[in-house]
Parts: sequence; C-alpha cells; structure tokens
Amino acid sequence: MIDPAATAALVAEDIKKRFGSLEVLKGISLTAEREDVISIIGASGSGKSTFLRCINFLETPDGGRVVVGGEEIQIKQGRSGPVIGDQGQLSRIRAKLGMVFQSFNLWSHMTVLQNVMEGPLTVLRQPKAEVRDRAMDLLAKVGIAEKHDAYPVELSGGQQQRVAIARALCMQPQVLLFDEPTSALDPELVGEVLRVMRDLAAEGRTMIVVTHEMGFAREVSNRVMFLADGLVAEEDTPAELFGNPKTERCRRFLASVL
Amino acid sequence: MNISLLTWGPDGWLDQMAMGALMTIAVALAAYALGIVIGSGLAAMKLSRSLILKGIAEVYTTVIRGIPELLVIYLVFFGGGAALRAIASGMFGYEGYIDPPLFVTGMVCIGVSAGAYSAEVIRGAVQAIPKGQIEAAIAVGMSKAQRFWRILVPQVARFALPGLGNVWQFTLKDTSLISVIGLVEIMRQAAIAAGSTREPFTFYLVAAILYLGLTSFSNRGFNWAETWANKGVRRA
Ligand SMILES: Nc1ncnc2c1ncn2[C@@H]1O[C@H](COP(=O)(O)OP(=O)(O)O)[C@@H](O)[C@H]1O
Ligand SMILES: [Mg+2]
Repeated sequence: MIDPAATAALVAEDIKKRFGSLEVLKGISLTAEREDVISIIGASGSGKSTFLRCINFLETPDGGRVVVGGEEIQIKQGRSGPVIGDQGQLSRIRAKLGMVFQSFNLWSHMTVLQNVMEGPLTVLRQPKAEVRDRAMDLLAKVGIAEKHDAYPVELSGGQQQRVAIARALCMQPQVLLFDEPTSALDPELVGEVLRVMRDLAAEGRTMIVVTHEMGFAREVSNRVMFLADGLVAEEDTPAELFGNPKTERCRRFLASVL
Repeated sequence: MNISLLTWGPDGWLDQMAMGALMTIAVALAAYALGIVIGSGLAAMKLSRSLILKGIAEVYTTVIRGIPELLVIYLVFFGGGAALRAIASGMFGYEGYIDPPLFVTGMVCIGVSAGAYSAEVIRGAVQAIPKGQIEAAIAVGMSKAQRFWRILVPQVARFALPGLGNVWQFTLKDTSLISVIGLVEIMRQAAIAAGSTREPFTFYLVAAILYLGLTSFSNRGFNWAETWANKGVRRA
C-alpha cells in the first residue's frame, strides 16, 4: 500500500503537545489533499492555534509527524523530548506553508510592498523584478495595490490582513494556514477578508482555516474538524457536521455559536 | 578676560583648543562604538535563557552603575597598568615601568560605562518588538541570521535610537573625566592653557562652549536620525 502521506499536500499525524502539565493536544491527525479547504472549529482554548503552530513547527510537537508534499519534517530526540532535526530542511518546508495570523504580524519597518516581497527575496532568493511584478499583482488581487507604499500602521485591520494574505501568497506556497484571520477585526471589516479567502478557495488553493466564522466553514470548506479536549471530537463534511452533529459536545458548541 | 589669547597661531591658544576638541570627538566616538558593542553583548546575555550569562551581565551593570565614573577610570587605568606590567615581566622579562596607552585606556574607561547604559536601552528595544513579527519571519522560512538582520536589527535600531542618543551625550561629557589620566582633550587642554596664562575663566568658558557646540550638534544629528528611522512608524 502506498503511504497516503506521499501524495497528500499535507499530513499531520498524531500530533501531541503539552505545556508543562497542561496536555493541549492528545494526538490530532489531519490529511489535506490538494485543493482541500479544511476548517478547524472548537471552543476557545481547545488547542486550535497550537495545532496549526505545530504544523509549521512554530511549536515543536512532543509527538507525531508532519509531512508536506511527501517530505517529512525531520526531528531528533533531545534531552527533554523531540527537537528540530534539520533547520535548513525545516526552513525550506516552512516556505511552502503560507501562514496568516490572527494579529496580521506585518513587519512594521517595511512598506506594504516590501512586506510582500521580503520572503521571496530573502528566503527564496528570487530575482527582484519578477518578485515585484508578482507582488503588485497579488496586491491588486487583494484590492490594496494603491497602498503599496504605505506602512502597516497607516492601514485598517482589514487592509493589513489582506496584505498579510498577499505576503503569504507571494511565497507561492503549497498550503495556506489561517489562524482565526478575522477574529481581530472590527465586524465591518470581516467581510473584505473573507471575500479574499473565498476567492482563494475557489481557485483551488489548499487551505487549513482555524475560524469562528461558521458561515465560512459551512459554505467554503469541504471538511470541518471540531476539536475538544485536545482531540478531534468530530470530523465531517460541513453539511453533515453542521446539519447533523453526531456528538453532544459538538451539538452544544454549535448551539452556542450559531 | 583676555581675548588676545583666543587667536590662531603661535601666540594664541585656539589651535590647541581645537586639537583638544578633535581628541574629545575621537575618544568619544571610539568609546561609544565600544559601548554599543559591549551593550549589545550584555543585552544578548540578559535576554538569553542561561542563568549564568544573565547573572554575569547583571553583575556587570550593577557594578558599573553603582560606582562613580571617576573611580571606574582609576580602576581601569591602574588595573590595566598593573596587568600590562605583569604580562611584560612574566612573558618578556621586562621590569621597567610601562603605562598603558592613553587613548586606548580612555576609550576603554568610558566605553565600559557606555556599555552598561546602552545594554539597558538595547534590551528594552529588543523587547519592544512584537513577538508576532518574529514568528511571521520564522513562518516564512527565514533563518536565524536572516531574522536577525532583516527584522530584529532595523527595529531595534529604531526603538533604541532615543536612548542611544542619551548615551552619546553622557559619553561625550564623560570624556572630560579622562583628563585625569593625562589624555589631552578639551578639559585637559583648558587646564593647561589656564595654568600657563593664569586665565582659568577664559579657557573653561571656551571649554564649555566647545562641549555645548558638540552636544547640540549631535542632538540635531540624532533628531534627524529619529525622524528618518521613524518614517511610517508613528505617523498614523
Ligand atoms: N506557549 C504556551 N505556553 C503555555 N500554555 C499555552 C501556550 N500556548 C497555548 N497555551 C495553552 O494551551 C491551550 C490551547 O491554546 P490555543 O491553542 O491557543 O487554543 P485555541 O486557539 O483553540 O483558542 C490554552 O489553555 C492555552 O492557554
Ligand atoms: Mg487560537
């Protein structure tokens, strides 16, 4: 049998993570085929962010493995658990995983255009003219081209988040990771960011989206994972999970947010 | 006050005072550069996870800040001299009296203090950088070195600029203290001129004007640099 990890865009297998005595992830697995849009939902504190951060090793998982485009992130055993095995390999894999944060995290000393161009220039060492063209195209696509010379502080939250999405896209990643991309936004700015994300899904991008936007999860994703107590409590198509939740936990969670 | 003493050429003292000013600038620049190197190192130690490194840096800053500047200078000067003589006699069998080189001693004396003060400034600046910006750099695949040069350093420089401007003002004025070891900078030159002309007020007034000129000139430089470094940052 072929290892499914060899062909999927992203596989995270049995991811475990604890902070001191707090066991946040007790073994979570996820397989994203190309063009999958997977929403991860769950109560605040259920470990959604931690799981996403374990995928690109912003947190080093205590157990499990991550395979991106058939290549497994190498780990080795340190004195107190697993540590990063090969920094070079990890950097290379991280470059294939675009990440969009809840708090945008644009680099404040760089203009919008510099933010978008930085990764491809510094990490991928691509030619400047080519990167510039691509960056301007992406800024146009997220509707912010006219602000390319502005600094992040001069933008609204919604505009900053769209720049952050363009920054992730400019790396030409294989998978996009979103950690509650609209949670820090004023309600009237949520729509513009969700619109961009819907367009990306329609283009066939592979996306993992931690979100509280149940409408988005329901309409845009093809699979939804519900996390509770450090485990995947329920995983299904959005129609099934929202229409006919199997577990009491999930039913109660949905009742509380819908 | 005798204005005729303040002329250029063999009969006046302006040449000497100007040379003194140049020496002040040179030793201040050298000490400042050394201070920033020491300060960066100390800041890195304070921010490290190692308790030993943290402890060493903490002791350094506490000691330097807790004793008078003048005493630091005596300790470096006489301690350095003793160390040099020990090395000379131990390794080369030379038993004569050697003094440490004046310029280097002056630079170290003042740099040691500048290091303690800039350490705090630099540490604060590093801590002022939002953690998320570093995480964004990690997530995009930047190496440690790339993160350091592309994200950390430009922002630390920006946040640290006002504080480092203060350190420069202190450094510039503190160079007057090293006149005690015999380095002929503004203060020492003023004392020499005062002694041989018996016009102390004239020359100390000239010294004051020179220091004031230097500090206000560099103040402008730092203001300009801050405006430049803050472009786009707190405009909104
Ligand atoms: N770096 C950390 N150190 C200690 N505890 C953490 C850390 N990060 C997250 N946690 C804890 O782990 C749990 C899960 O957090 P998180 O993954 O952010 O949840 P979610 O994103 O679902 O709201 C929370 O209880 C949180 O306090
Ligand atoms: Mg979260």
